[in-house]
Amino acid sequence: MRYEAPATSRDAAAILAKSKETAFVLGGGTDVLVKMRTGLIEPDLLVDIKAIPAMKEIKVSDKGFVIGAAVSGAELSEHKLLRKHLPGLVEAANLIGSDQIQGRCTLAGNLCNASPAADSVPAMIAVGAKANIVGVKGRRKLPVEKVVIGPGKTDLKKGEIIESIAVPRPGPRSGDAYLRFIPRTEMDIAVVGVGISLTLEKGFIKKARVALGAVAPTPLLVSSAARAIVGTKLDDAALEKLSKACSDACNPIDDKRGTIEYRTRIAGVLARRTALIAFERAGGKR
Amino acid sequence: MSKSTLVSTRVNGDAVEFACPADETLMNSLRDRVGLTGVKEGCGTGDCGACSVTLDGRLVCSCLVLSVEADGKEVGTVEGLAEGDKLHPLQEKFIDHAALQCGICTPGFLVAADALLKKNANPSEEEIRYALAGNLCRCTGYDKIVRAVQAAAKDIRKAK
Amino acid sequence: MGHSNKYVEKEFEVVGTRFKRPDGIDKVTGKARYGADATAPGALVGRVLRSPHPHAEILKIDVKKAEKLDGVKAIVTCDDLPDQTNGDAGLAAILENCMARGRALYDGHAVAAVAAVDEQTARKALSLIAVKYKKLPHVTDVDEAMDPKAVVIHKNVFTRGVEPKPSKPSNIAARTQMGHGDIEAGFSEADFIVEKSYKTEQTHQGYIEPHACLASVNPDGTGELWVTTQGHFVFRNVCASLLGMDVAKLKVTSSEIGGGFGGKTHVWAEPIALALSRKANRPVKLVMSREEVFRASGPTSSTSIDVKLGAKKNGEITAGQVELRYQGGAFPGTWAMLGCMTAFACYDIKNQQSVGYDVIVNRPKVAAYRAPSAPMAAFAVESTLELLADKIGMSGIDLRLKNVAREGAKAPYGPIYGPIGIEAALKAVKDHPHMKAKLKKNQGRGIACGFWFNIGGQTCTDINIGVDGTVNLTLGTVDVGGSRASMSMIAAEELGIPYEQVKANIADTGSLGHNDMTEGSRGTFSSGMATIFAAREAIGVLKQRAAAMWGIPVEDVAWEKGQAIAVGKTHNNLPPLSLQEIASKSGRTGGPIAGHNEVVADGAGMGFAAHICDVEVDKETGRSSIVRYTVVQDAGKAIHPDYVEGQFQGGATQGIGWALNEEYIYGEDGRLQNPGFLDYRIPVCSDLPFIDTKILEIPNPNHPYGVRGVGETSIVPPLAAVGNAIANATGVRMTHAPMSPPRVLKALDAAS
Repeated sequence: MRYEAPATSRDAAAILAKSKETAFVLGGGTDVLVKMRTGLIEPDLLVDIKAIPAMKEIKVSDKGFVIGAAVSGAELSEHKLLRKHLPGLVEAANLIGSDQIQGRCTLAGNLCNASPAADSVPAMIAVGAKANIVGVKGRRKLPVEKVVIGPGKTDLKKGEIIESIAVPRPGPRSGDAYLRFIPRTEMDIAVVGVGISLTLEKGFIKKARVALGAVAPTPLLVSSAARAIVGTKLDDAALEKLSKACSDACNPIDDKRGTIEYRTRIAGVLARRTALIAFERAGGKR
Repeated sequence: MSKSTLVSTRVNGDAVEFACPADETLMNSLRDRVGLTGVKEGCGTGDCGACSVTLDGRLVCSCLVLSVEADGKEVGTVEGLAEGDKLHPLQEKFIDHAALQCGICTPGFLVAADALLKKNANPSEEEIRYALAGNLCRCTGYDKIVRAVQAAAKDIRKAK
Repeated sequence: MGHSNKYVEKEFEVVGTRFKRPDGIDKVTGKARYGADATAPGALVGRVLRSPHPHAEILKIDVKKAEKLDGVKAIVTCDDLPDQTNGDAGLAAILENCMARGRALYDGHAVAAVAAVDEQTARKALSLIAVKYKKLPHVTDVDEAMDPKAVVIHKNVFTRGVEPKPSKPSNIAARTQMGHGDIEAGFSEADFIVEKSYKTEQTHQGYIEPHACLASVNPDGTGELWVTTQGHFVFRNVCASLLGMDVAKLKVTSSEIGGGFGGKTHVWAEPIALALSRKANRPVKLVMSREEVFRASGPTSSTSIDVKLGAKKNGEITAGQVELRYQGGAFPGTWAMLGCMTAFACYDIKNQQSVGYDVIVNRPKVAAYRAPSAPMAAFAVESTLELLADKIGMSGIDLRLKNVAREGAKAPYGPIYGPIGIEAALKAVKDHPHMKAKLKKNQGRGIACGFWFNIGGQTCTDINIGVDGTVNLTLGTVDVGGSRASMSMIAAEELGIPYEQVKANIADTGSLGHNDMTEGSRGTFSSGMATIFAAREAIGVLKQRAAAMWGIPVEDVAWEKGQAIAVGKTHNNLPPLSLQEIASKSGRTGGPIAGHNEVVADGAGMGFAAHICDVEVDKETGRSSIVRYTVVQDAGKAIHPDYVEGQFQGGATQGIGWALNEEYIYGEDGRLQNPGFLDYRIPVCSDLPFIDTKILEIPNPNHPYGVRGVGETSIVPPLAAVGNAIANATGVRMTHAPMSPPRVLKALDAAS
C-alpha cells in the first residue's frame, strides 16, 4: 500500500484524480482504518490530508466558520467561539465515539463515510453547512444534505476532495441542538439522530431546519417538520406536529441496532426533545 | 511484498526509528518493532481503548493510527508514565485502590486518565466516567477505577 | 502428613487487611506479559480460516495455491489432527470444535489454518484457500432446535436421561431431572399459583484480552506453549492428548491472563497453533481477533425457561417447578443440568422439581461463564417470586425470608446445607440504608438473590524459604484477579512474618504437580488451603531445625509470630529463633527448608448473595439506567477485602450488562451479526454508578480460615434485580433478557 501526504488541497485532488488504484482519503482514520482492519476495503493508496494547512485550520469571520476537513472533534470542542455559537454542532461532533476517537475523527470524514447514522451530519444539515469541494478542474460548494447520496456513497467525483465545511454564523436569537438515541450512555452508533436549528423573531420561530439521521438511507432534511413549527412558540400542538412529521419522514431498515418500528417511534420522541433545547438556546420561552 | 517505509518518531521522549509497511498500525509497530507491549490489542477497531496512547499529547487509539502518521510526532505510552523508579500518582492510586484485577485494560486506562487530568485537574465523577467511556473493563465494574482517578487527581492538585 | 481442613476461629494479623498486590507494579507499568506479549526467534504468524456458514458439509479444501505463496510455512486442516481420542466423547468434541471434520457446525467454525512469516502473508494465504461448501439447513434457537421438525445436527446423539433410550437421534443431548417431595400435592395445597415463561439471549464473557498463544513443537515430541489460560495444567493435558504428545514433554506456561470468567478454561485455537508449529518446525504465534473471539470461542447458553410456584396465604411456598432449556452450541453440554441445581437453591421448598434439557444448535460450543447457568435460572425464579409476592400481598423480601434455606435444608441437587449465608444476606438487605433511599419519578427498586456452589479440586503448592528468610510461594492456580496477594497474605499469616517477605509466583507445568483451573471460585479457596498446609509443613521443618540448633527435643519447640520458641521450664534461657536466623543456618542444619502440599480441596463453601438495584426508566424510549446498586454477599472470610469487593462489583456489572444490552444477534442466515464490542454492548464507565458492597462472613466450616469462593455468585442476581426494578418503576414485568430499550418499550405499549 502506498501512502502520500500532500501539502495542498490541489495536490491531493490531483493525486486522487490521477490514481488508477483503489485510493482513499485519510483524515482521522477512524473509519478508514476500521474498514481496512475488518477487510471491507483494501486500499492501494491512502492520501493523508493532515499536512494540508487549509484543512487543519478553523477560520472565523463575520460570515461564519470555515472548518478544515482535517480538524479533529477534540479541536472542535476546544474552540470557544464554535461552542458558543454552534453548541449543537459541536456536541454532535463530540458524540462520535470515545475521547480517543475524538482525538482523530473529523466532520468531513464523518460526512464522507456517508453512514446513514453519522452523528455530525444531521447537526451540520440543521445549521445549513456547506462542503467546500476541491477538484483538479476547480472548486464547488455543496450543501451537506446533498453530499450523501446513499449509504456509503457521496456526490464527490473522482479527483474531488472536501477541503472544509463552511457554516454560516447563526443570526441573533438562534439556537441549535443535536440529540441521538443509543442504548448505552456512550460508544454506540446512533439508533436515531436529530439535529435542529431555530431562529426566533419576537419569540416565535421564524426559521427552522430539522434533520434526521439513522432513519433513512441518507441523513434527511425534513422540510415538513420545519413547517410544522415555524410561526409557533413550540407549544404542545406544534411539538406533536413536529413529532409526527419526523416519524412520517422516516424510512429506516430493520437491523441489529433498531427496527423500523422502533426508529420511527424514537424519531418522534427525540424531535420534540431536541426542538425544546434549540428553542431554549435561541432564547425562546414557551 | 510492498517496500517498507521508514518511520522516525519519539516514544516517551526517546528517539525511535523503524521500518514498517505503510499500512501497519502504530499499535503493532509499538508492540512488535519497538518492543513496548504495554499497548494492548483488545479489539483492533477502536472500541475498547486498550491500545490508548497519546500522539502529540492527544489521546488516541493506536490501532486507528498508521505508524507513518506518527512520523515526526511524539508518542506517549504507559511505559512513559513513571519517572525512573517513581510511579505516577495514577499508577500508585490504581494499586492502592485495587483498581485493577486482571490488568489488561490498565495501561489504556492510565494513559486515558492521565490525558484527562492534564486537561481537567478537578473532574467530577460524571466527567471522569464519560472521559473514560472509551476504555472497556470487564473485571472491576469501574468503581475502584473511578475512585483511583479521583484520589490521584486530588494528590496531583495538592502537589501543585 | 495429613492436615485438617476444619474451620478454626482465630484472630488474624495479616488476613483481612488491605495490602498492595505484588503483581501490581508490573501491570501498571506495562511490564506484565500477557498471551500476545511473548516472542520467539523465527516465530511465524498463525491465522485461522473459518466457515461463513452456520451448517455446511465441507466437500473440499484446496490449499495448493496457498501453499505456493512465498512465506507460507505450513497449512493444517483436520487431517493434521488425527483423532486419537479413543472413544472419549468429551475430548472428541473438543477436537472437532478446534477444527471442523468434514462439516462446519457454526458460523466461525475453524476449517483450516496457516502459519506464515508475517500477518500480511498469512492473511493472503487464507484468501487463497479454496473451500467448497454444501450448505445444510441450520437451527440457532433453543426451542426451535427441540422441535422434531428441526434439522438434527448430530446423527449420533441420542437424548441421555430418557428411558427407554430413544431410537432416533435428537438435538436434545440430555434430559436431567432433580428435586424432592411431591409437586402435585404441593400445588394442590397452594392458595396462589403463578406461572411464567422467560427467555435469555446468549452472552459472552467479554474478557478484554483475546485468546493468544505461542507454540513451539520440536521433532522429538517435546514442546512449549505460552498461553493465556485459566488452567495451564488442564491445557497441557488436553493439548498433549489431541496432538498425541506425552504430557510431561509439553511444558505449558501461563501468561498473565487478561480476563477469563470461564471462557479460558477450554482450548480453542491452541491445538491448531501446536499443529502448525509441529508441521513448520518453527514457533507459531496465534492470536485471535476480537471477531474470532465472539464467533469461535465459548459464549454462554441462550435459554428458555418455565417457572411455576405455589404458595399458601401466609407465604409458605408449597411447590416449585421449573423447566430449563439451555443450548450448548454445536456439541452436547451439561448446562441445563447446572441450571437445575441452582434454580431453587436459595429456598427451602419441600416439594420441588427441576427438569433441564441440554440442546444442540448451530452456534459456537458453549463454555462456562461465571456461575454458569445460574444467572438465567435466577432471572426466571427471582422474577416469579415477585409475581407471587404481589399476588399474596406481601413484600418480595418477606416472601423470600419466609422460605429461605437454612442449615439443615436440602439443596435441589441433594446434599444438606451446612451453615449458609442467604438468610443473613436477605436480612442485611432488608436493613440496608439503600432500601430506605427515596426513589424519584420513573425510578423503581428491585431485589434478587443468587447462589453458586464453588468447587475445590486438585491443588499443589510449594513454599521455599530462602537463606535470607524471604519466602517463595509457588502456586499452580492461575491468578486471574489478584490472588497472588491473597495467597501471600495467607502464607505470611501462617508463618507469622510480614506480608512483604513473601513472593508468590505461578509456576509452569514443568515445575509443579497438577493444579485444576482457576474456575468455580476455587482459586482462593483451594490454593489458599494448600498454602496453609504447605506453610504448616514448612513450620514443622523450621521447628525441627530450631530443635537441632538448640539441641532440644522438637516437642519442646513452638512456633509463634514468626519465631521458634523453646517451651517449658528447662529451656527458659533460650532466646527465640526467628525464621530469618533459622533460614540463614539451613545449609548446615539439613539443607533448604520447604513445605509442600497436594490436596484435593474439598468442602468449598457455597456463596449466597442478595442484591438491591434502583433503575430509572425513560418511558418514551424504554431505556433503563442503573441509578444505584448494592451487593450483599457471604465470603466466609475475606482474605483481602478490596479484592473481594472487586469480585462483587465486577460480577454485578457483567450481570447488569446481561440484563440490559448484551446479546448475540443472529440473522435468519444463521450468521452472528455483532461479533465486536461496538454492537455487543458491555457496560461502559458512564453507564454505572458506584457499586456498594457489604461483605458478610459466615465461616465455611470446611476451610481453616472459613473461606468461601466469592468470584461467581455476584453475577447471578443482577438479571432479576434489574427486571424487578423495572417492574417496580413501570408496572411492567419483563420476561426476555436483555431488557433492551426496544423490548421495554414494547412491553410498556402492550401494558397500556
